[in-house]
Amino acid sequence: MMAGFYTVISANNLVKKVVGLNIFQTSVFMLYISMGKVDGGTAPIVADGVSLYSNPLPHVLILTAIVVGVATTAVGLSLIVRIKQAYGTVEENEFQNKDDAI
Amino acid sequence: MFEQHLAVLPIIIPLIAAPISLILGRSILSWLLATFASAWACYASWQLLAATLSDGVISYAAGGWQPPWGIEMRVDTANAFILLAVSAISTLVLLYSKDSIEKEIKAPQHSLFYTAHLLCLAGLSGILITGDAFNLFVFLEISSLATYTLVSLASDRRCLTAAFRYLVMGTVGATFILIGVGMLYMKTGTLNMLDLAARIDLYDSSRTINTGLAFIMVGVSIKLALFPLHMWLPAAYTHAPSAVTAFLASTATKVAVYVMIRFVFTVFGIEHVFEKMGMNYILMVLAIVAIFKCSYMATVQSNVKTVLAYSSVAQIGYMVLGISLVSATGLMAGLIHIFNHALMKGALFMAVGAVFYRMGSVDIKAFRGLGKQMPWTMAAFAIAGLSIIGVPLTAGFVSKWYLVVGALEQSNWVVAALVLAGSLLAVIYIGRVLEAAYFQKLPDSEDPNKIKEVPLLMLIPMWVLVIANIYFGIDTSLTTEAASHSAEWLFETNQLKEVSP
Repeated sequence: MMAGFYTVISANNLVKKVVGLNIFQTSVFMLYISMGKVDGGTAPIVADGVSLYSNPLPHVLILTAIVVGVATTAVGLSLIVRIKQAYGTVEENEFQNKDDAI
Repeated sequence: MFEQHLAVLPIIIPLIAAPISLILGRSILSWLLATFASAWACYASWQLLAATLSDGVISYAAGGWQPPWGIEMRVDTANAFILLAVSAISTLVLLYSKDSIEKEIKAPQHSLFYTAHLLCLAGLSGILITGDAFNLFVFLEISSLATYTLVSLASDRRCLTAAFRYLVMGTVGATFILIGVGMLYMKTGTLNMLDLAARIDLYDSSRTINTGLAFIMVGVSIKLALFPLHMWLPAAYTHAPSAVTAFLASTATKVAVYVMIRFVFTVFGIEHVFEKMGMNYILMVLAIVAIFKCSYMATVQSNVKTVLAYSSVAQIGYMVLGISLVSATGLMAGLIHIFNHALMKGALFMAVGAVFYRMGSVDIKAFRGLGKQMPWTMAAFAIAGLSIIGVPLTAGFVSKWYLVVGALEQSNWVVAALVLAGSLLAVIYIGRVLEAAYFQKLPDSEDPNKIKEVPLLMLIPMWVLVIANIYFGIDTSLTTEAASHSAEWLFETNQLKEVSP
């Protein structure tokens, strides 16, 4: 989680920032998945002779959150494409004008 | 058929209209559809407010799954009140945007603009209506993603970096909220807000829950641009198209303030957040610093949109200050200010957009002599500006009045004095613009015959908001009734919880 967050803050390259954001989000997804684990439980599928299941709700929630994460990445990357077209660079320190800094 | 599903209509209508608007493709058709959808959503939220005022809380089980297992849509006076403000502003902004975006957004992207606007409206309504903590995160992301797109639609290339910065900050904020909600779920095993509230009381001072509270508060503070976390806001508001800024400034951050109110008062309970965690001191100090620092920043900017953007951060300070007073009056002042600020900032940004429409610039130099050339636009700017300052007979006065009353109730003289001193800074930054408009001459390089009033379709929404500013400044019964009703209700839910263990 911290690795991703650090990358978002420190990276100079915008693509790396988006990658950092992704790592950050994915680690939160892992947090959710891990809390669904029940000791000795199996996959949450109804079957004979199984009474202990993992909690399926966090998995379902994270499916939604993954969709959100993918959408964010897509918007972020497409913004980067347009920034590259407009400025000719995706390195943060290469923007000349102070107004343009990110 | 519609009455039964009234509670979800404000989400469903824009959500369905958004892809249709994209398919239609023609600018004018998309505009008609978007305005119609938004007006319908506004009508539905009006009915919701009337229903909650007479019958109390409306609960709607999405898909027929009963809460707390299914997703509950829960409408009470507090969110119906803000919902009405949001959808009304959205309708007015859409009316206004038809002419405004012609100068600011490239023609092929017009239907995209309407699509993103409708998605944003759907997301904001969803945040307000939902009674489920995770669902709130999803709607927050829907509205935010639409917002990033809206900001990046402007023709100025700086909007791209502003949108990117907003995207990074916004996503970090939303992910923080996600972590916080995860912590709560870990401890309580539920996501329904009322269910959460009941169970959080059982785990009195669990560290997991406190960590969750911290994550949620920081995440929401990024979204609502509370003082040290506001860096994305001025850039995004300055470079976005005017119609987008008018919509975002008056709705998006306000909805985030609502999220904070909802988490503090309904989910965690004031006793936990304020008495045990001492959040009110943190919030109060940050709010006061926000009022002064950002009002000062507003007085030294040359771009009028940046001036208003900084002013927005300062006004958010007033709302958070209302929350941090921990009293029914303070909360009521915060809620009224959410509503009133939407009216005045909407009108101000629309007036600035009108100036851009004629002059092609929003620098303070472009305002010189406009008092004569565009009398209606500048009169609207002046009245809405007076409202920001808090002059009597305008809406801004009412909310500041209650804020000061709330502070005095607790004999908090310092806060009351600071609120009034903050208004003086507003006099300066609004005054600078008015001075340029009314007391300076139009530069010789401009042709006075060319600079005329903007089209009627831009003036009417602007003036509807201005008249609303004056109306709600004189007849305060609707706003105060709804706000005091909801403030009492938010406090009562706490009282009830304390009685039943």
